[in-house]
Amino acid sequence: MNSVGESNIVAIAGFFIFIGVSLGITFVAARRTRTTEQFYAAGRSVTGLQNGLALAGDYMSAASFLGIAGLVALSGFDGLIYSIGFLVGWPVVMFLIAEPLRNLGKYTFSDVVAFRLRQTPVRVAAAVGSLAVVAFYLIAQMVGAGNLIRLLFGMNYEVAVMIVGAVMLAYVLFGGMIATTWVQIVKAVLLLLGAFLLAAVALSKFGFNPLALFRAAAERYGPTVLAPGRLVSDPLDALSLGLALMLGTAGLPHILMRFYTVPDAKTARSSVTYATAFIGFFYLLTFILGFGAMVLVGQDKIRSIDAGGNMAAPLLAEALGGQAFLGFICAVAFATILAVVAGLTLAGAAALSHDIWVNVVRGGSPYEGEELRVARMSTVVLAVAAIILGIAFKGQNVAYMVGLAFAIAASANFPALVLSIFWRRFTTRAAQVSMLGGTAASLGLIYLSPTIQIDILKNSAAMFPLRNPGLVSIPLSFALAIVVALLWPEPAAQAGFADVQQRVHVGVDHVTDRVP
Amino acid sequence: MNELDEMRKVDAARWRVAIALTAAMMVLYFGFILLIAYDKPLLATLVTPGLSVGMLSGALVIVAAWALIWIYVRWANLHYDAAVDAIRRRR
Repeated sequence: MNSVGESNIVAIAGFFIFIGVSLGITFVAARRTRTTEQFYAAGRSVTGLQNGLALAGDYMSAASFLGIAGLVALSGFDGLIYSIGFLVGWPVVMFLIAEPLRNLGKYTFSDVVAFRLRQTPVRVAAAVGSLAVVAFYLIAQMVGAGNLIRLLFGMNYEVAVMIVGAVMLAYVLFGGMIATTWVQIVKAVLLLLGAFLLAAVALSKFGFNPLALFRAAAERYGPTVLAPGRLVSDPLDALSLGLALMLGTAGLPHILMRFYTVPDAKTARSSVTYATAFIGFFYLLTFILGFGAMVLVGQDKIRSIDAGGNMAAPLLAEALGGQAFLGFICAVAFATILAVVAGLTLAGAAALSHDIWVNVVRGGSPYEGEELRVARMSTVVLAVAAIILGIAFKGQNVAYMVGLAFAIAASANFPALVLSIFWRRFTTRAAQVSMLGGTAASLGLIYLSPTIQIDILKNSAAMFPLRNPGLVSIPLSFALAIVVALLWPEPAAQAGFADVQQRVHVGVDHVTDRVP
Repeated sequence: MNELDEMRKVDAARWRVAIALTAAMMVLYFGFILLIAYDKPLLATLVTPGLSVGMLSGALVIVAAWALIWIYVRWANLHYDAAVDAIRRRR
């Protein structure tokens, strides 16, 4: 017996409770969202633990909860490759990005790249890169949301996508970063709790010994489930995906934006520590969930509900705790998607209003209250775009789309961000070429990849052999930046580097002469 | 020692630590990916029934990420913050 696809009272109740609570948070937050700093950066008053949970909330998307659990349930060990790739990006964020970002910038990562360069060209290029990443990530989440709601509540796909878009719009529009942060925190706690409970109940069937669970899986489906299999048959594909996952985290605009919500660099440091602890713990849990579903639900049944395996975790909940547990896990999964979509939209709105409108159109000095108004208008535009894209891309593979968003982030944003912090000779033109070239190269290679050419366009061959462009587009973006910077030096940018070297450590709060 | 030299010293030390730790993470992770790509039989070997070398090393990469972050935070809290505070106080 299973009831996935039918209306579930607990799921629907949980779903309405979450929406009610989060709209309540939005109502309270809206009264504290009067300035631009409150809208984008929650007034810089978020603590390390809160920001760690919010970062984890932004990062642990439905693609990881449902997608990776499903991948493990259907192919065993291979699912672990994704979990680990998603986690190892965090040490990179910690060592190279988090504290300099907080010390050098104001609202978006382009503040850091543009710090000692010419504002207009850098801002435009950074906004293009950010919006490309946000678009791919949004498509993945909206498609996931639509499928999930259709499967769980028996609701029409298009209606589901519109509901997600409308609720998310309310959070961001009225509550800004304060509401978005608290929605993330509530969601992260719910998700960690839900995954932990589910894993604990599953393990209780095996005497709380994970090895007994893995042994049972190997006995039923053969020893191959514990070993690398056909998911990564091509070594270069594995490397390319690995590189994109590792460096992409440090280029995701909605993650980078969170470092501006804390008061100082030291708090940025502690928030990454908390985030990495929560995220690592969560990925270890998804591994238990995947194997639990493989043994306790069975691969055939998981495949019969959804060929991609995305319903493995909800099915496990139903097998262990019936309707009530299923409903709870579904509500958690829904909350997850809603929160991630809100974070992405806010990052997109910041790129449009802070980078393009204020710094390019208005030359850095907007009229009183104008930035906030433009940010809110951008939010509405992005929400409508997200709904349209979600409907247009119906049926796409969610985890794969997220992998592409990481590849674009790693090629468009990461090289320029790192070089602007580290390299004295970095120039405006180099930043521009690296960000636009990285975006174009990753998008172009995605178009030429087997996934688009063979799977979607049904051509017999693809010009580019890899499914993820990272292995080519990331080194290309670095190479473009370095060659251009060496060929066309920019003395003013080199002179500004001494200032960067100082502020990267000391921050802006202690220096009164200039605020970036 | 003047302020500029002191700043440069802090700057150099901070990036030395950051780059060493980033390199360590990359070596561990890409080592794991290269084993998946080129030596599947090794990862398929069982350590005990129910646990393969691959699963054990995968879990160890997650633990290593935690450990490297712990090393960084400890270094930053003990040494880096003190050095930056000293520079701030001199202003």
